[in-house]
Amino acid sequence: MGETITFWVLAVVSVSAALGLVFSRRAVYCALMLGVVMLSLAVLYAVQDAPFLAAVQIIVYTGAVMMLFLFVLMLVGVDSSDSLVETIRGQRFWAVVAGFGFAALLALGIGNVAFAPPTGLAAVTAAGNVPSLAELIFTRYVFAFEVTSALLITAALGAMVLAHRERMEQRATQRELSRERFVKFGEEGLDPSPLPGPGTYARANAIDMPALLPDGTISKLSVNRYIARYEAEEGTIDPKVAEILEGDGK
Amino acid sequence: MEPVEILSHTGGGVISVAWLMIALPLIGAAILLIGGRATNKWGHFLAVLMSVAAFVVAALAFFQLIGLDPAQRRQSVHLWDFIPGVADIGLLIDPLSIAFCLLITFVGSLIHIYSIGYMSHDPDRRRFFAYLNLFVAAMLLLVLADNYVALFIGWEGVGLASYLLIGFWQYKPSAAVAAKKAFVVNRVGDFGLLVAMFIIFAQFGSLQFAEVFPAAGEASQGVSTAIGLLLLLGACGKSAQLPLQSWLLDAMEGPTPVSALIHAATMVTAGVYLVVRSGSAFFPEGSTAGLVVTIVGVATLLAGAIIGTAKDDIKKGLAGSTMSQIGYMMLAAGIGPAGYAFAIAHLISHGFFKADLFLGAGSVMHAMNDEVDMRRYGGLRKVLPITFVTFFIGYLAIIGFPLLSGYFTKDGIIESVMHHNAILGWLAVVGAGITGFYMTRMVVMTFFGPKRWDEKAHPHESPAVMTWPLIILSVFSIGLGAYLILSNRLMVFLAPAVGRPEELPHFAPFAVTGLATLALVAVGAGLAIVKYGRAEVPVVQPRGSFLTVFARRDLYGDALNEALFMRPGQWLTRFAVFFDNRGIDGVVNGLAAGVGGSSGRLRKIQTGYVRSYALSIFVGAAVLAGAWFVVGTL
Amino acid sequence: MTTHYLVLSTLLFAIGGIGVLVRRNAIVVFMCVELMLNACNLAFVTFARQHGNIDGQVIAFFVMIVAAAEVVIGLAIIVTIFRTRRSASVDDASLLKY
Repeated sequence: MGETITFWVLAVVSVSAALGLVFSRRAVYCALMLGVVMLSLAVLYAVQDAPFLAAVQIIVYTGAVMMLFLFVLMLVGVDSSDSLVETIRGQRFWAVVAGFGFAALLALGIGNVAFAPPTGLAAVTAAGNVPSLAELIFTRYVFAFEVTSALLITAALGAMVLAHRERMEQRATQRELSRERFVKFGEEGLDPSPLPGPGTYARANAIDMPALLPDGTISKLSVNRYIARYEAEEGTIDPKVAEILEGDGK
Repeated sequence: MEPVEILSHTGGGVISVAWLMIALPLIGAAILLIGGRATNKWGHFLAVLMSVAAFVVAALAFFQLIGLDPAQRRQSVHLWDFIPGVADIGLLIDPLSIAFCLLITFVGSLIHIYSIGYMSHDPDRRRFFAYLNLFVAAMLLLVLADNYVALFIGWEGVGLASYLLIGFWQYKPSAAVAAKKAFVVNRVGDFGLLVAMFIIFAQFGSLQFAEVFPAAGEASQGVSTAIGLLLLLGACGKSAQLPLQSWLLDAMEGPTPVSALIHAATMVTAGVYLVVRSGSAFFPEGSTAGLVVTIVGVATLLAGAIIGTAKDDIKKGLAGSTMSQIGYMMLAAGIGPAGYAFAIAHLISHGFFKADLFLGAGSVMHAMNDEVDMRRYGGLRKVLPITFVTFFIGYLAIIGFPLLSGYFTKDGIIESVMHHNAILGWLAVVGAGITGFYMTRMVVMTFFGPKRWDEKAHPHESPAVMTWPLIILSVFSIGLGAYLILSNRLMVFLAPAVGRPEELPHFAPFAVTGLATLALVAVGAGLAIVKYGRAEVPVVQPRGSFLTVFARRDLYGDALNEALFMRPGQWLTRFAVFFDNRGIDGVVNGLAAGVGGSSGRLRKIQTGYVRSYALSIFVGAAVLAGAWFVVGTL
Repeated sequence: MTTHYLVLSTLLFAIGGIGVLVRRNAIVVFMCVELMLNACNLAFVTFARQHGNIDGQVIAFFVMIVAAAEVVIGLAIIVTIFRTRRSASVDDASLLKY
């Protein structure tokens, strides 16, 4: 009875999460939905006498693989939301037809079979689930296991090769950077010196305070113009000063 | 009397080394061609020497031959095995071949000598002499061969030499075209000869004369006739007989000594040789093939004569005359043993007087800056006295002026044909009359009347190296006919080779046909004198009547060839090209375009969208699962 | 009960498949692939219990390993593509076509 309730609850949760995975526009939501499905499945594994797999599911999938997904999502851009408008004609329709047709076919096949009550794993896992699995993996499946280790090493190496970017040229030295600055000064009139710092006064020492030039005028370059606009809107800065800071002229 | 058996030569003597006749000029040609410019200085002397040496060998062989008993005068000299069981390279020394050898080497040597002067200004004189020597070698192989294979090699060799020499000035497009035309038309004839050889081999299992001729009677009438007609086709090609006559007139593009040697005296008579050589076997008296030979001969005789009447080009006029005279020889050769001796006699004497005429024409051209239009000659007898005298002797000989060569030989032919078939005989008489007309016209236009040449031309007599051959040839033109015909000398001499009638003919100078011939010739000559001697000869060719144009256009022979063979050939090739382009290429290209087009459309499936591919994989998996279920349920 | 588990597995698999086919963000597509793998694992575990054979759990374990490796490589590829194309959409990488 307990298993039935668990199943139905998790079945509903996992199918809704799977649908959410397909339908949500934001990739991060998709990842979360996938996490939900995986956790539900982990529980279902546990229910079905597979405690080791449940643990691995949570640790490897929900832990490592999901983290990897999220990490890549961060790299690629978290707020890039998909357009759900289909560009390939007929793709969505036929995808749904094929998907549900496939599911219907399999369900039909499964439904036609009258399963005996499950044999259960009590007999084969008398020594416990994990030792039984270990015995199989390191005896009958040892060769496949070794091959998977080679696969994992290859995958790790491959990922490194793919992510590696060859530097094509020497990193610019300080001398070259400085020369470049002066070239720009000569060609475009850009000041070769670093931008002036914000004003430093006895009463206020903050990035929103403009610095003063030797002739007493305000240096435009010393304060970020967006900060200046924000300050002016909030009223925490003299509007005249803000006007100078925002303006184009000197 | 039948020809005697061909014996294998066993004794020594010159006959054993008869191959020298062929080898010497061949070596000369090889030295001149391989030696290149190094031989420029003395090359022509070497060629003359080789030709004269060949004549000496031929003469010695001739004397050895006549020293033998008539029954042993056909000797086959085996040289080496060529195609075992079919044909070996061997020489047949018999009266017929030795007569040809003497003619070829003697006239050939004279023409070699003449060419020294005629070609003295030509930068390619060495090459010219190399080709002349090559020709002499090939022609000697042709007449000396003791089997059809070696004969065919010589046959092709003379064709090659003829091609090379017609196109000797190949920078002239007309010469190049004429050479090609001669080559192509000759191939038609060669085709006939080749097929005849195939049939002979299939029938008799050999191509050796010694084996084929005695066995010829065993073949059925049809096979025999077929072989005869195919041999005749070959002969027509080489001898410019109807219907393969068209190349000879164009062949006059070659240097004049070539026209004299190859296209008058020797090579074009190879057809007559072939017919006479195979005569006892495949053209027996009264056979269908023999009848066709006589018809072809008469038709060509008249056609050549008619063409000759209208030509203003002196060489083309002589070429028409050559066709006509060879027609006489063919006519005689077709009637069987009664005519062979006359055919060969006319062939030999024609070889001399036609060479004389051609060389005379060459001498005139030499004097007139290579002008060939007789309308621009006139009155040349005073400036070219030697040429005039020799040419005039040749002229008298060819028209059959009493007691000169042509009188005896041509009269002999007409006489013997008249006994055989009166219609053909009278046509030959008419031909003789026309000969009288056109030859008189030629002589009158060239040597008599007012001078019509340019102020710039300064005619002068040719050097001695050219006039001496003319003189020698004209001397032979005077007396040779009488020598050969009177007492039936040639007939008796040739009898071991070609046979002879049981009853030797008697020379009857006052027979009806002889007198009629003379009368017609006189009428023809008189007409020509009236028309061209008494009346003004316009320098520009007048339009002429329908008949004149007909003759000028070579009786529309070229037009006929064009309409019958060239145009349909072109249509056929055009159709083939069309069929190839549209039919074959169409299928291939269509298939390719179809595959290309359909794959061009099909490839649009490859959108590059990985999701489309995934969809097709997924659908495929679903379909597979469905199929599995269906099959499982069944 | 086994039927229920299997049908749930089928359903999750189909939803994951549809997600792969419809979504364009490469990372989400990957998540859907993971969902499909998890659905398979559920089926393996269910059958293991049904037949009293622990091999099913071993296979599920191997599937997890392979999935982990696949995620590592797949995400590395996505990062590389993003670095050059500034886009994580699978439809943008469509140059390899007719």
